Amino acid sequence: MTELTPTLEAIPTAPPVRNHLVRTILRNPLGLYAVIVLALVILMALIAPLLAPFDPNELHLDNVNMGPSSTYLLGGDSVGRDILSRLIWSSRNTLIGALIGVSVASSIGMIAGLVAGYYGKVLDAVFSWVASILMALPTMIVLLAVFQAVGAQIMLAMVAFGVMLSPGFFRLVRQQVMSVKNELYVDAARVSGLTDWRIIGRHILLVIRAPLIIQASHVAGIAIVMQSGLEFLGLGDPKSSTWGGMLQNAFQSIYNAQLNLLWPGLAIGLTVSSFMLLGNAIRDTIQRTSTARVRRPRKVGAVSTQDPAAATPPAETLGAPLAAASDPDVLLAIRNLTVGYPKDDGYTEVVKGVSLDVRRGEVLGLVGESGSGKTQTAFATLGLLPQGGTILHGSIALNGEELVGLDENGYSRLRGTKIAYVPQEPMSNLDPCFRVGYQLVEPIRAQLGLSAAEAKDEALRLLKRVGIPQPERAFNSYPHEISGGMAQRVLIAGAVSCRPDLLIADEPTTALDVTVQAEVLDLLRDLQAEYGMSVLLVTHNFGVVADICHRIAVMQLGRIVEYNNATSLFDHPQHPYTRMLLESTLEHSVPRPYHLAERVTE
Amino acid sequence: MTTTAPSAASGALLDVSDLVVEFPMRGFRRPPFRALHGVSLDVRPGECVGLVGESGSGKTTIGRAVLGLIPAQSGTITFDGRDMAAMSRRERRDLSDDIQVVFQDPYTSLNPAMTVEDILSEPLIAKGNVDRKSARTRIRELLDQVRLPADAVSRLPREFSGGQRQRIAIARALALSPRLIVCDEPVSALDLSTQGRVLDLFIDIQEQTGVAYLFISHDLSVIRHISHRVAVLYHGEIVESGECDQVTARPEHPYTQRLFMAAPVPNPIEQTKRREARWKLMAEQAAKNEGSAA
Repeated sequence: MTELTPTLEAIPTAPPVRNHLVRTILRNPLGLYAVIVLALVILMALIAPLLAPFDPNELHLDNVNMGPSSTYLLGGDSVGRDILSRLIWSSRNTLIGALIGVSVASSIGMIAGLVAGYYGKVLDAVFSWVASILMALPTMIVLLAVFQAVGAQIMLAMVAFGVMLSPGFFRLVRQQVMSVKNELYVDAARVSGLTDWRIIGRHILLVIRAPLIIQASHVAGIAIVMQSGLEFLGLGDPKSSTWGGMLQNAFQSIYNAQLNLLWPGLAIGLTVSSFMLLGNAIRDTIQRTSTARVRRPRKVGAVSTQDPAAATPPAETLGAPLAAASDPDVLLAIRNLTVGYPKDDGYTEVVKGVSLDVRRGEVLGLVGESGSGKTQTAFATLGLLPQGGTILHGSIALNGEELVGLDENGYSRLRGTKIAYVPQEPMSNLDPCFRVGYQLVEPIRAQLGLSAAEAKDEALRLLKRVGIPQPERAFNSYPHEISGGMAQRVLIAGAVSCRPDLLIADEPTTALDVTVQAEVLDLLRDLQAEYGMSVLLVTHNFGVVADICHRIAVMQLGRIVEYNNATSLFDHPQHPYTRMLLESTLEHSVPRPYHLAERVTE
Repeated sequence: MTTTAPSAASGALLDVSDLVVEFPMRGFRRPPFRALHGVSLDVRPGECVGLVGESGSGKTTIGRAVLGLIPAQSGTITFDGRDMAAMSRRERRDLSDDIQVVFQDPYTSLNPAMTVEDILSEPLIAKGNVDRKSARTRIRELLDQVRLPADAVSRLPREFSGGQRQRIAIARALALSPRLIVCDEPVSALDLSTQGRVLDLFIDIQEQTGVAYLFISHDLSVIRHISHRVAVLYHGEIVESGECDQVTARPEHPYTQRLFMAAPVPNPIEQTKRREARWKLMAEQAAKNEGSAA
């Protein structure tokens, strides 16, 4: 089991997983600031009776509209109450109000969202309608109506406010649940015999937890603003002090004691902004971890974990020697190419000194497993490395012209005319908004300078050439109306439309069915012979290589370990890695004997 | 054991007969899409039945219907003599002791937020009567069975490679000692070298435990390697079935012949021969079609 041991040993002992989120938030300066402010405000609210020097409703006639003094640290309001004491007590009342709003909104929204998302159908339709109606109602007017009906009870108003804001939670949870519901691990849990509620509790809540906290944090901020607004309008309970109520009081004596406006305003501003910042900090953290989590370690991700020293670097490439760079027979000469992606210190190299030749009129296969750097080599040649990808050193020469260091203009002159590209996923390389014909005609017009009618004729001729039975119909179709095999033929037609010298095909048949694959390979072989172009074919499939390639380069961990013509490579593989790969193919396995089935049934 | 036709249902563990599955289409009064047109097959205890077909042939649909993840329009699925369509949700859940699954994509079939221990204890918890200690012991046994080190328990799926994740998924499927595992393209997402090792693990486990596999794949060489019997699916119908050697080496149905000829051999000389044989076959079949049409 060579696959297991080295990888597992390379992983450091189990990283602390549970505190991951909290720690990253605290490392974010804004997140840290928000957490500190909120912690202080909450602490203040909790121990308000201990902190406040005076009763918040006690009138001190010596303190009416007075500025700060040694007895009354922040002065007094228009009826002589101590502002500091009121500020402290207000934090308690304001936070309780916000808490009620958030709890009501999140519990209604979450439960309705879970049910609607998980069970769908009628419940989903009904809940979505209710949510839409609630969202259409103006919140402030509903709250004013509530005050009319039940009187000045700010806590009851916050319940109503929670109901009004629940659609936000509902839509968030519903959408998250719908996307998680179809994950394979939820199917696996269902097959394991878990009940629906267990699945929701274990799998779905785990995923929607973070977005819920973000939403709750934002809603808490909005709730404080809303509540303060209502209090400011004089709709609050005059007996309990809140920041909004203090603001209203201070506003009445704005000409006598301007400073009194500052304190509640500051408290509201700091608290609300901290809630918002906390929400943003959590969102940033989650986005960062989710992008860092490479779902499929292909292309870039896979190699980064490999320690270059651990990989056994071959002393030199086995097989045929390279031609001299000046050899006119060589179309593409790659010499000592190194491609890296930036990391904390320096670069992670994914291609480590690759040298190869593509001769005129030959098909070169670049074979390797995921993370071998084969696609990176192809993309480097196309000048299309993903973001961050850098050619660290080496040279790529096409027809003797150096490509490394070429600017975007230089490349766009080459791509389409000299170099063409056939991708792995035909469907994602056709724009679903435009007809197939338009996508073919535009580049032909741009590159060959034909008129619209001539370009259309040319496109139809190409579609016929690549074996599409009704070219006219395919020409007028949208990409979703044609099959994957057909889409790949269209892309091949586009690639050869300008008679390129070099065609780079990245796993061109991997996404196709095996019968379609055989047809597409036949087509590529025919076109290659007809146009006399060179092909650089990137693939992991030795069958495909055997079918079409003249020469083969085998890549492992960013290096070419063996480079030879096809028959020699298959008959006498030199490098142990090549031998291992060829032995892994299941072509000559014998059917399994039946002994076990007999033993069990006996 | 001379009877090999999949319809020989005597002693079958899983028996699917005349299975029809339809999917509703979007749009008012549009007829549903029929993914399976009356499919019949059976799996005997300890046996691996390979189900091969191209995309859209309905092979995954059969697997999901057997797992109870999608309803059948008509036809019966019998497991160990019990009709699964007639079962209540609770009974169907209890059957999870016996039928398990390994999915294609090892990157999405494991919850990224759960540790390996949580993942593997899930089926045990679902049964409810397992205490912590015996669950731990069982998890260690399972990891040993799929040849992962015991200290893997506290790690997250993302710390493992594709092949290792698929081993975790296999361990989860084995947790309740099932009698049938539906394997839905379990090695398609893996690298060539890993693929061979995971297939051998499947074979080892089958020979040790006697579990039966319904093994779904588009890859003929994989199917040939692991199956005792093979069924070929085309447009929602089984066009050919029988002993692995017979179906894969001497296919009779024109589609099966085309399918097997299309798979490239990893050897340039043999592949040239196969390619020419395929062209010849295609020409013959085209001529025959024209003849029958005229």
